[in-house]
Amino acid sequence: MRRLPPQPGERIDRSAPLSFTFDGDAIEAFAGDTIASALLASGRSVLSRSFKYHRPRGELCGCGQCASSLVTVDGAPGVRACGRPVTAGMVVEHQNAWPSLRFDAMRATDKLGGVGGTFLQVGFYYKTFIRPRRMWPVYERVLRHAAGLGKLPNRQEQRAWRTEYRRRHCDVLVIGGGIAGLTAAVHAAQLGADVVLCDDDVEPGGVQLAEGGHERMRELAARARTAGVEILSGASALGYFDGLVPVWQGDTLHQVRARRHVAATGAIEQPLVFPDNDLPGVMLAGGARRLAALYALAPGASAVVASVDERGVEAALTLHAAGVRVAAVADLRRDAADCPAAGRLAEAGIPLHAETTVVRAEGRRGVERAVLARVDRTGLALPDSAQQLECDLLAVSGGAVPASSLLLQAGGRSRYDVATGRFLPGELPEGVHAAGAVAGHDELGAAELSGELAGIEAALALGFGGEAVRRELAERRARLEARPLTPCAAPPAHARDGRRGGKAFVDLDEDVTVKDVEQAVAEGYDSIELSKRYTTATMGPSQGRFSQLPAVRALAAATGMPVGEIGLTTARPPWTTVALGVLAGRPFEPAKRSSIHARHRALGATVKWAGDWRRAYDYGDAAAEALAVQTTVGLIDVSTLGKLIVRGPDAGELLDRLYPNTMSSIKPGRIRYGVLLSDAGRITDDGTVCRLDDETFYVTTTSSGAAAVEQWFSWWLADWDLDAHLTDVTQGVSALNLAGPEARALLGRLTELDLSNEAFPYLDAQHTTVAGIPCLLLRIGFVGEVGYEIHCASAHGERLWDALAAEGARPFGLEPQRILRLQKQHILVGQDTDSESTPYGAALSWIVKLEKPQQFIGRWALEHAAQRTAATALVGFTVPSGRVPTEGAVVLHDGKPAGQVTSARRSPKLNQAIGMAWVPAAQAVDDARIHISDVGSTFEARVTTKPFYDPEGAVLRS
Amino acid sequence: MSFLLTCPNCGVREVTDFGYGGESSKRPAERPASLRELSAYNYFRRNVAGVQREWWVHRSGCRAWFLAERDTTTNAVLWTVLPADAPRADGASS
Repeated sequence: MRRLPPQPGERIDRSAPLSFTFDGDAIEAFAGDTIASALLASGRSVLSRSFKYHRPRGELCGCGQCASSLVTVDGAPGVRACGRPVTAGMVVEHQNAWPSLRFDAMRATDKLGGVGGTFLQVGFYYKTFIRPRRMWPVYERVLRHAAGLGKLPNRQEQRAWRTEYRRRHCDVLVIGGGIAGLTAAVHAAQLGADVVLCDDDVEPGGVQLAEGGHERMRELAARARTAGVEILSGASALGYFDGLVPVWQGDTLHQVRARRHVAATGAIEQPLVFPDNDLPGVMLAGGARRLAALYALAPGASAVVASVDERGVEAALTLHAAGVRVAAVADLRRDAADCPAAGRLAEAGIPLHAETTVVRAEGRRGVERAVLARVDRTGLALPDSAQQLECDLLAVSGGAVPASSLLLQAGGRSRYDVATGRFLPGELPEGVHAAGAVAGHDELGAAELSGELAGIEAALALGFGGEAVRRELAERRARLEARPLTPCAAPPAHARDGRRGGKAFVDLDEDVTVKDVEQAVAEGYDSIELSKRYTTATMGPSQGRFSQLPAVRALAAATGMPVGEIGLTTARPPWTTVALGVLAGRPFEPAKRSSIHARHRALGATVKWAGDWRRAYDYGDAAAEALAVQTTVGLIDVSTLGKLIVRGPDAGELLDRLYPNTMSSIKPGRIRYGVLLSDAGRITDDGTVCRLDDETFYVTTTSSGAAAVEQWFSWWLADWDLDAHLTDVTQGVSALNLAGPEARALLGRLTELDLSNEAFPYLDAQHTTVAGIPCLLLRIGFVGEVGYEIHCASAHGERLWDALAAEGARPFGLEPQRILRLQKQHILVGQDTDSESTPYGAALSWIVKLEKPQQFIGRWALEHAAQRTAATALVGFTVPSGRVPTEGAVVLHDGKPAGQVTSARRSPKLNQAIGMAWVPAAQAVDDARIHISDVGSTFEARVTTKPFYDPEGAVLRS
Repeated sequence: MSFLLTCPNCGVREVTDFGYGGESSKRPAERPASLRELSAYNYFRRNVAGVQREWWVHRSGCRAWFLAERDTTTNAVLWTVLPADAPRADGASS
């Protein structure tokens, strides 16, 4: 295509040339061009290859909506070339063609269709590729290669594009920036509403931009901005979800929530259906006008226009004015010659053929000739009425269908108006307005008036405006209702000249032909929803925009049912196809790190996920680290523990109601272990409770349970109205556990506190300073040796770590800690217990104090459980053969599964395989033999109900 | 599901800011008489199609628990309050 002389409303900036590449070739363009307009200007006419038959496809809609211009831009597939503005240096590639766009080997599928008959016809993959069954993987690979629209880069680094979310709450969201949308936005905003308007195109204005109204539309957009409307351009509304409309604009996904919605989404011009209606050069009339008006392109040297209404005549006149020779206008209307513009057509010397349509396009790589004819009711050319006209542009217009998808998603219904032959929105859902062509008001004045109405109605409903505005509204409504909707002419479902050959496409996205629809009906798929699924018509990337009416008409013709009875398919999001990455947003995987994390990294720790936390799993040798704790002294970062301060006169009462044991009786400076239960008596978490003073308790929880416990505590606190307050200090407090035979001596060098067993016994707590840092010292022994949990403000965490490490404490990670605690049979909630575990089963009966007065959480269920013997019990076991079973291995009883292994390790200290398992209650006695089935083999283990190491806790308390 | 909730402390936020605590049902003062009643308390919910009183927590905000009445068929939220200010519910839902 060649560039035209400057056009009055053109969007390109001829003073700003730039270049980009297409399949490696440099393409010159102007700022304001789309990829497609620049490619067309460079002389290319084929933009893509079709989905199934790999037929060459050129520009169709000219507005960034159809699938005929899908390209890959900078590695991102599925970009619509006729919607995306060019930028300097962008790398554009074709997709779905191999080895090249010009020569595509898979085109053979198209030719085969002609020769072989059924190949690639509707349902072919259900029928052709099912036998023999074992061949499916081979078929699948071939089919995957043959079909599809673009390829995603395999590697994450090559997919660097990302989107951010933005939440926007407003009074009114106007979807569509044509005359109706802009007018509605201006009126609502002028009455005081906070209005957002979104529009697909790079600027608001809609079809008027290309149809003579550009000055007016740009002036109207300026007025809207002045009135305070936030205009989102290049922004597609993706769907309507309970009032939330996601609007995709480049790298931002706006989640727009408005109190009122105005759908001003316009109408979509539909193609005509005739043999070879997909040849490059067959273009929607509106698309051709856009190319000429906005990008100053001559869409052809010589054009034939075929239409069913005024659109064709108007298109012919504007193309003529732009310098394109128009060979003829075929207008299906009987009274076409009486239309208002017919005179101007005659003045221009353009022949107008009434009651005529196009019955075939001819040409090799693009349109060379159009065959026009008068047709019978079915679309078959009447004898001797056909005429061939040379042309390279065939501008078609098969009427328009309202773009009502969002209205329907919002809960509206569509109805077929028999009198005018239009699909119209029926009753609208609460809070949703429709304006302009989507509501049937496609004439300019009516569209504007309906926009005024919608904008004012929306504002009034929100309490803006007054009585005067209300009166005005009634007057406007009367004026709009006085304008009758004009009838729509319907083209035949399948215009044809009766000659063999040529595919007549109902859906260009999916390569679905009239024949496919006929075959679907013949096989029984005779409702629109079934036919849609079987043929995939309307399911392609343009979301049925350009195939809706052709599909309905083809089905009507094949079944003999009226169009109105067939109806439209269910509207579903997304209304505009969208990359999943856009919906996913920024990759966001929250990771928590302790304040000492850098030290672990510096020490070369193996860092692994533990819930949301990144934790040091080991520092290279888990067994040696475990041994060091038992022979000298070890140091572990336990900052990940949940830490809550419960304070207030009722703090003890609160804890007594939440824990099965008594916490209010703890003396200040003492610590007690506790488990948390659900009201069904199931263990949900565990930790320690330390009483700091009369009214203050310091509660620790498991690392992964911190958030849930905080929520649990605050929930009951909200319900019970106790005088207690909860503060979560998990993130603000670092905690280190120093443990081992030399721990006391080491710590003694850093604190003035008397650490002797008499002055600071097991389960005591003291505030002191360690290495000059204010700390809370808890004498707790999770790992079984003399140990101190040292809690300090996390700002001091690293300094405390450094001081202890400098004194010779050997860092140990999560894995050695797990070995050590297993030696003591200390349970890990969630590892050794599950959602069914009660304290009775988990060998924690001693912690349940049914004699205390509080109706503590879980009490009633435990009272019932206490009267029965649990079926299974949690016990320790050793494996004589030394084999360490897999965690989760099955415990057998009489050859049947009766329990499972929950933890198992090799103990370097004891030099044997140890573990914990749920076993039948009868076997929960020392030295009972149990059988473990693990990865295909069964072996024996011995039950040990007491800790493997220091069973009486003498070491711990020393 | 997509709607707005008004946190009594922070104001209007997207529902994704909040955690759902389930329908509000008062914990009995004394142990339910039978195991069946206890299990009903622990495991059965009314699951009404209509207005129900329920717990929400402003998880990504002030972390306060509050009560709301919401129509489960339309997601229309009738009101939200901190528990101390809650209007008396009808006998059935409280």
